[in-house]
Amino acid sequence: MAQVKLHGFWYSPFTLRVVLTLKLKGIPYENIEEDRFNKSPQLLEYNPVHKKTPVLVHDGKPLCESMIIVEYIDEKWPQYPLLPVDPYERAQARFWVKYADEMIPAVGALFSSSGVEERENSINKIWEHLKVVEQHCFGYEKNIFGGNTINIVDIAFGSAIKFLITIEDIIEVKILDAEKFPHLHSWFNNFKDAPVINENLPDHQKVVAFIKSLLQKSLQSS
Amino acid sequence: MADQVILLDFWPSPFGMRLRIALAEKGIEFEYREEDLRNKSPLLLQMNPIHKKIPVLVHNGKPICESLIAVQYIDEVWNHKSPLLPSDPYQRSQARFWADYVDKKIYDAGRNIWTKKGEEQEAAKKEFIDALKLLEQELGDKTYFGGDKLGFVDVALIPFYTWFKGYETFGNFIVEKECPKFIAWAKRCMQIESVSKSLPDQEKVYEFIVDIRKKIGIE
Repeated sequence: MAQVKLHGFWYSPFTLRVVLTLKLKGIPYENIEEDRFNKSPQLLEYNPVHKKTPVLVHDGKPLCESMIIVEYIDEKWPQYPLLPVDPYERAQARFWVKYADEMIPAVGALFSSSGVEERENSINKIWEHLKVVEQHCFGYEKNIFGGNTINIVDIAFGSAIKFLITIEDIIEVKILDAEKFPHLHSWFNNFKDAPVINENLPDHQKVVAFIKSLLQKSLQSS
Repeated sequence: MADQVILLDFWPSPFGMRLRIALAEKGIEFEYREEDLRNKSPLLLQMNPIHKKIPVLVHNGKPICESLIAVQYIDEVWNHKSPLLPSDPYQRSQARFWADYVDKKIYDAGRNIWTKKGEEQEAAKKEFIDALKLLEQELGDKTYFGGDKLGFVDVALIPFYTWFKGYETFGNFIVEKECPKFIAWAKRCMQIESVSKSLPDQEKVYEFIVDIRKKIGIE
């Protein structure tokens, strides 16, 4: 039987993408929780270039970078396909995945920004991103990017937005405003309540508390 | 019905060069349109409203943006010859990983070499050389990153070779001294027709860099 292991952080939006993909496809795997302050020798061996999570290990072979892992899983396990078949649709999906990828560091920057100006700049950057998605990604009938089923773009944005709402709670600023971003807002509500997704998103209160503690830790050490 | 393929590009762009090589490898006829980045065409703004950047591949009126995404698209649509990505999913993931690595490291470090001075420049040089050394390791004994023929990572990386005279002159170093295997690989790539006919001369790119440095006031 094929052996699948996932090295990750339960609170990370990047790890979440891989978790959701494995769960949607019903792929059994062993979860290995890494400690960011004490990464395992295996992790460092599997990802010597970036030394980051998530790392998927399939039959002893390591894969790194969350969306590259997601595409690999989609190619190896065809059930519940996450990418469209048509090359043009695939290119569009990959474009939006890259866009979602660019959003996560923007949210991270907000989290670590100090001072009013830096914070304002971070928020504006995120707003710009959200505006683009709001404008360009939703047809009139679609609830989620993939139409009726969750696809790779939903997973990419879902993990980014999950991270955003966590940070919103910590800094006590509402960014994904329902009035400003009606499509995105309603899409995310659908996404987080969808079967499989719902059971596998990290608990909101838990992740808020944990990320808060990480921030405090980093402030103490600086 | 014949395919209509247009490439919106800017001649010194390494990202645009990736598409030129991919299209040439596949033997696709296309219309090359040079963009003036200070005066972008209405077509460019319409086809890439979000980033407003080149390159943009326009295939039968539909735009594909982001160079690595467009190269994959070209590989998938024109799959009759010269496959750029391996057929095995694991090998594919490795090719994507290294192309992503090139994107993350080479452009920014290279740019800092010709735009910065002093400590910042030294740091950029180190980052650049370290990245090339890692890529040399990944290449190993293979002729190309794609094995015995040009692959996705080769296409992603070789365009930056055209900027080497610029990096070396302004950074005051010689890549071949630090990374001889890398230069050997680059020269092998340049022997391939689809590569050599798609890339500008290092000399031309160097003059372009001299020009922008003047324009942005670096001396």
